[in-house]
Parts: sequence; C-alpha cells; structure tokens
Amino acid sequence: MEQIVKFFDLEIARIGAGLLAAFLFVVVNALILTWAERKVAGHMQLRIGPKEVGPYGLIQPLADALKLLGKEIITPRNVDKPIFYLGPIMIFIPVLVAFVVIPFDSFLQVKDINVGILVILAFSSFTVLSILMAGWGSNNKYSLIGAIRSIAQSVAYEIPLLLSLLAVVMMTNSLSLKDVVEAQKGIWFILLQPVAFIIYFISSVAETNRTPFDLPEAESELVAGYHTEYSGMMFALFFLAEYTNMFIVSAITVTFFLGGYQGPFLPGIVWFLLKSYFLVFVMMWFRWTFPRVRFDQLLNISWKALIPLAFLNLLVTGGLLKL
Amino acid sequence: MTVTPASFLKGAASLAAGMGVTIKSFFQPVVTSQYPREVLQITPRFRGHIKLLADPENPLATNCIACGICVRNCPSGSIKKVEGEKKEGEPKRRVTTYILDFTTCSQCGICVESCPTKAIGFSGDFNIAGFKRADFYFDLVKEFDRRKKA
Repeated sequence: MEQIVKFFDLEIARIGAGLLAAFLFVVVNALILTWAERKVAGHMQLRIGPKEVGPYGLIQPLADALKLLGKEIITPRNVDKPIFYLGPIMIFIPVLVAFVVIPFDSFLQVKDINVGILVILAFSSFTVLSILMAGWGSNNKYSLIGAIRSIAQSVAYEIPLLLSLLAVVMMTNSLSLKDVVEAQKGIWFILLQPVAFIIYFISSVAETNRTPFDLPEAESELVAGYHTEYSGMMFALFFLAEYTNMFIVSAITVTFFLGGYQGPFLPGIVWFLLKSYFLVFVMMWFRWTFPRVRFDQLLNISWKALIPLAFLNLLVTGGLLKL
Repeated sequence: MTVTPASFLKGAASLAAGMGVTIKSFFQPVVTSQYPREVLQITPRFRGHIKLLADPENPLATNCIACGICVRNCPSGSIKKVEGEKKEGEPKRRVTTYILDFTTCSQCGICVESCPTKAIGFSGDFNIAGFKRADFYFDLVKEFDRRKKA
C-alpha cells in the first residue's frame, strides 16, 4: 500500500495514470452521450429513441461501436495520406491535455498548473488544426469547405470565449483552475458574471461545432463537412472527439461559473459531474430546438455582438474591481 | 438587417419560447406506437385485400352464391376463379372456391359494390409479405374458414 502511495507521488506516474483514466473516461463518456443524445432527441420529438438493444437501449452505443470497428477503413485514392491519417489522431491532443488540468474534485486533479486555463485554451486551437488537416487532406470540395468554415468560426468564437473567461480571471487573480473553484466558496461566478457566462456558453457551443452553429458539418449542404471521406473507426474518432469536447467545455463552464466541485452533502466529484452533464443536456436541448444559423449570421453574432459585449463586460468588471 | 435592443430582446424571447416547447415535449408521453410490440387497431374503412363476409344471421356461413358478377366486373381480372355448388336441402348455392390474385388487385372496390348479396368486404390485413407471386393468390373460402375457427 505504502509503495503504491509512494508510486503515485511521482509526477510521471500521476500523469500516466491520469492520462489512462482520461482515455477511459473519453470512451465511457462518448458511449453514454451518444445514447443520451438519441434518447433526448427522441423524447423531444415525442418518440422513444433506441430501445431494442438492452434495457432502454443502453447497449446500443456498444453495438454501434462494434459496427464501426467492423467497418472497412476506406482511403480514397487522391487523399494526402499523412495529413489524412493525422487529422483524426491530432484531434485528441487537446482533449487529453484538458483532462490533465480540470479539477474533478479538490483532490482529483492530475496536475494543478498555475496557467491551467491558458493550457486548455491554447491546446484547444489544435482542434482547428486537425479539422483543417482532415478537410485539406481529404482532397474533396465538401471537406475543404467544411474545414474553412470551421476555421472562420473557431477564430471568431475563440475571442469572446477568452474575453469572457478573462473577466473571471480578473476577479480571481489566478489562471489555475483550482484557485478559480476555491474563489467560488461563497458565491458562484454565474451570479457575479452573468453576461460572461452567457457569452462563454454561446461561444463554447460554437467552438464544439454543435447546432445551431454546426456549419462545418452542415449535412444538408456539405454531405458531412470535414469528415465526409472518413469511414469506420476514423470517423468514430471525430465523433468521440466531438462528444468529449462537449463534456470539456461544460466542465470548464462548471469550473468557472458554477462553483466547480463545490456543493452540499454529496461528494465533490458527484456535484462536478452532475453540473457538467446538466450543461451537456442543455447543449443537446439547444440542438433539438434551434435551426442552424446562416454563415453571415454566425460571424455577425460573434464579431458584432459577442465581442463588443465581452469587451464591455471586461471594462465594467475592471472598473468595479478598482472601486 | 440591423439589430436593435428591441429586436434583440424579441429574438431572445423567441429562443426561450422554442426551448420551452421542446422541454415540454421532452416530458410528455410519446405518441409513436412500438409497432412489432403493439399493433394499432386498424380503422374500419381501411382497404386491405377483399374477404368474404359472414352472413349477419348465420355467422358461420357466407352469403356468397358464386354468381360470378365480381369476376366479370373486376377491371384487372384479379378474381381468378369462383366456383360453387348447390347442396340438397339448401335454398341457395354456396361458394366452394374463390381465388383472388392480390398482385394485380388495386382495391378499387367494384367487386364489393357490385356484389348482389353483399358478401364481399375489405379486410384489415396490412402486413402481408411473401417471396413469390403465388404467395399472394388467396383462396378466400379457406381464409373465411380459418377466421370461422378462430
């Protein structure tokens, strides 16, 4: 026992175990969320959703995963092979990095980096890169258009995302996620920073390419966008990344605005997961309510509304803090 | 399009209203029927293949007298063979064979309307499946006998 404790005191062992746990969590989370999304979609449209495979269709995602594993991975003749193969792999780097710094509980954090949020935001730009690689490497017009849209969208929405989080950082004077959570002992930042919360949540939905901002994969006009040419497990990797990103942005929202792992009675990890999955549910709720925005609307929302609003919010926060 | 504070608020309210609609449906009972598990009652005016109706006074027999009017009236020639015989001591002829080729039937209903004894009606069978044409040649007398037993 003592040896085990000593082993986990080692930095490298901690990070190794954390990454392994993160991998496990990514898969389990995606399995649960694919099932949940189909159930939510079903009930919002007054139908049941998956129900045949297992009780309440709970084994459906496993069946889907098996099907995807069994499918042939097709590589079209004219693709740019190294880029084509790297795209779906690269999309996992930001996912794993984010899990290292997110505090699931006061003791459940792989590593408390003092620039934690900076690490997450910096690495989340990798998502754009991998989508561009997938779109460019596919050598297909739909993929390329999807990828280009995704880049314009990500660039536009990363700014309000950062600015809204900056308002919170100004109040806590720390970039470490743990410090941000600890600063919300008395009052959650959603009450002190409601505007920042709304801006952040809208931007995060856009960053994860989900409806109503799912233009990169608008199936009615672009077939499937940047992952048109991917099949089998390579497609599943994009799918996995989307669901994991949903969880990550929700987890960051919880950390920054909803008090993180803090809450009465229940252990911290339970509170953290409850709050995070509630936000994931809200994102699904958005998806099955709102129609897709037009591309000019998409960019106008960010550049003309969210960014000025975020700057104004920052200004007001700074002014109030000085008082 | 210019965005004014008023139009912005109106838009935000409509988004909230939309979310209200979906969350209400989320908690409402489902409206779909789970087909193989539960089968809906078929409506009485549904037109399936034709069937022989029971005599209202004697549910164990049909009124069909095998006159052949339906055979002659069928625009598609779907009613292949209608045969009957008159037994000793019975007032009317009785049908013994009634072959319907359902592959060409378009459920027009001329046979039903032209029947002088009102012995033909539409059945509620909607899930008929088969692998060859012969699967859709129905002997309606046998089908009537099966229903009689059930």
